[in-house]
Amino acid sequence: MAMLSRLASRSSHLGRTLLLPRSLCCSTGGRHFASSAGDEGPTFTVETSVPFVGHRCEPPSREVETTAKELMGFFRDMSLMRRMEIAADALYKAKLIRGFCHLYDGQEAVAVGMEAAITRKDAIITAYRDHCIFLSRGGNLVETFAELMGRRAGCSNGKGGSMHFYKKEGGFFGGHGIVGAQVPLGCGLAFAQKYLREETVTFAMYGDGAANQGQLFEALNISALWDLPAILICENNHYGMGTAEWRAAKSPAYYKRGDYVPGLKVDGMDAFAVKQACKFAKEHALKNGPIILEMDTYRYHGHSMSDPGSTYRTRDEISNVRQERDPIERVRKLILLHDLVSAAELKDIEKEIRKEVDNAIAEAKESPLPDPSELFTDIFVKGCGTEVYGVERKENKILI
Amino acid sequence: MLGLMRRVSISGSIPTSMLQQSLQRILPGLAILERGYSTLGKEMTVREALNSALDEEMSADPKVFLMGEEVGEYQGAYKITKGLLEKYGPERVLDTPITEAGFTGIGVGAAYYGLRPVVEFMTFNFSMQAIDHIINSAAKMNYMSAGNISVPIVFRGPNGAAAGVSSQHSQCYGAWYAHVPGLKVLSPYSSEDARGLLKAAIRDPDPVVFLENEILYGQSFPISDEVLDSSFCLPIGKAKIEREGKDVTITAFSKMVGYALQAAEVLSKEGISAEVINLRSLRPLDRAAINASVRKTTRLVTVEEGFPQHGIGAEICASVVEESFEYLDAPVERIAGADVPMPYAANLERLAVPQVDNIVNAVKRACFRSVPVAAAA
Repeated sequence: MAMLSRLASRSSHLGRTLLLPRSLCCSTGGRHFASSAGDEGPTFTVETSVPFVGHRCEPPSREVETTAKELMGFFRDMSLMRRMEIAADALYKAKLIRGFCHLYDGQEAVAVGMEAAITRKDAIITAYRDHCIFLSRGGNLVETFAELMGRRAGCSNGKGGSMHFYKKEGGFFGGHGIVGAQVPLGCGLAFAQKYLREETVTFAMYGDGAANQGQLFEALNISALWDLPAILICENNHYGMGTAEWRAAKSPAYYKRGDYVPGLKVDGMDAFAVKQACKFAKEHALKNGPIILEMDTYRYHGHSMSDPGSTYRTRDEISNVRQERDPIERVRKLILLHDLVSAAELKDIEKEIRKEVDNAIAEAKESPLPDPSELFTDIFVKGCGTEVYGVERKENKILI
Repeated sequence: MLGLMRRVSISGSIPTSMLQQSLQRILPGLAILERGYSTLGKEMTVREALNSALDEEMSADPKVFLMGEEVGEYQGAYKITKGLLEKYGPERVLDTPITEAGFTGIGVGAAYYGLRPVVEFMTFNFSMQAIDHIINSAAKMNYMSAGNISVPIVFRGPNGAAAGVSSQHSQCYGAWYAHVPGLKVLSPYSSEDARGLLKAAIRDPDPVVFLENEILYGQSFPISDEVLDSSFCLPIGKAKIEREGKDVTITAFSKMVGYALQAAEVLSKEGISAEVINLRSLRPLDRAAINASVRKTTRLVTVEEGFPQHGIGAEICASVVEESFEYLDAPVERIAGADVPMPYAANLERLAVPQVDNIVNAVKRACFRSVPVAAAA
């Protein structure tokens, strides 16, 4: 009970970041954690839904240690992510978000499980389905919604949009629009970590669609040759846009596609399986170089907001996954099973989250569009005092 | 001429006689240059200039590292990185597999994290395999991230035509890269350019495309003590007036600067004083210097080796017409490579790239002097 009231009082802060498990260091969101072990609540062991399957490696145990705090944290964080993405859907339909909007709901366990296993000094890079990863790396709701709506308060000052969220200080390197490009970039981050002897790792995330990209294999070859601490996370949601995995890949066993690089197949809807696998992978990568983790996951939305998501898969399939494998429901059942809080209290948390998201959207809506002068900023870090032209060259020219 | 041959064959891999023939086709008046330099004291080849620049910048900043095919144990495909593996070790001089998309992406990722990679393309023709990373991952990143992630990377290597390497190995990429906001694009001519611009590029916090020229690698230039100093640096975005003149402005970059200078020499004997501008920087382009020169001379001839359509000369002509229209006394002239894929046969290759005569003819046209009828090929 005491724990719940502590959790409730923290959540009233607007633009808050996620409630992170104690295993993490230095949150950038102004959230502080109780220092005594007692505040973690009871420790217990959770069994993953299915065993891991290894390729060229001995898979880790199905038994995962956790604490009440971590479990509650998973519930809150995934619920927040879920609520944020659904709210983004509504904003897109209201034409406040333009262009592309790729939603992550269904895949939340990958984001929170990974974050639970690593620190902010480890690096994450992903493609365009990046809103929730941004949040887990220390981004806040206001800057997320503001960026989606192209406003000044956005994390990229409104100049990036949905696919271009970044937070270098939180170890988040984007946010990339070109399918597959983020994987060599991620191996480059790992190269730098090794060069600087930081004992940290990079998680380079990509989908089943990107898994067939040639540059992936080029980067993996170099990473294996040079023993880079690169962990490739294939978020296999089984559809590359509208193309099912069996239509795109001769071998959809993505965890095996690294050939000489070991791999692990993980239930990506189980936050604890994800956490265990990422912990295992980090230890592996620091000693032995690259490893591939295939997260078996699912997206409820279509590929993007312009895709209903039902022309290439049945509504039955979607509702079945929601029923049997939803990541938030799994954690809810665990919380109730271990009697941490009541079902009504969980509902209260969800209501708070809803309100928080609504408040963040309201605040983001207040933020204006960028000043027209921003058209010409940040082209270079260091300008040369030369001309940049607007559309009407004679009328619109500045020196940068 | 023979002294130059001896200097050029440092790499040892090209038989001297073949090299002599190639060079005579491509640099007919080179003897003029050589005579001019022999009395001026210290000299340095462009190759030595690039090598020393890399060496000094690697020494000054431990975050600088080199990556590319054959840059290490082979000592560099064109020996630009000679000796650097021995000096800095395999952690800082990395031989890559032949996978441009992969290693360029890795280089850009390393730059995101804060290292300062120098990625070599064996020639810029191969950069097309990695161009998504140069443009989308590197050039646009600082803007898209509103300054959160900068990309202090240099992409360097030989650009443009060599000798007899045919269409897939001869393209000039100046126009392509100079088209893109977020990139800085440099192209040195002399050894002073090579040292000063490469050092500036490596120190620069933005992505730089550094277009060298294989034929120039072996060419020797006089060099002052100031240029030899390890702190020497040239500003990015500033052109150099290689030769002052008053009748016509000739713009050029890289190897064509040498050709333009030879043309200026020929023209001076006919009473035409040509001002030769060595662009040095394709992006940003030094429009101020170009326009100031044209306002003085009232005539413009642009010279480039690459394909003509939508080329560097096209942008320069547009800039001059926009900014200095009233000053022009003649239509602008462009000299560029022929609008064809580069052929292999020696005579066709000669017709596909600008020669000194072509530049001389263009200047005469701009000066409304009569030009001899072009001889049959």
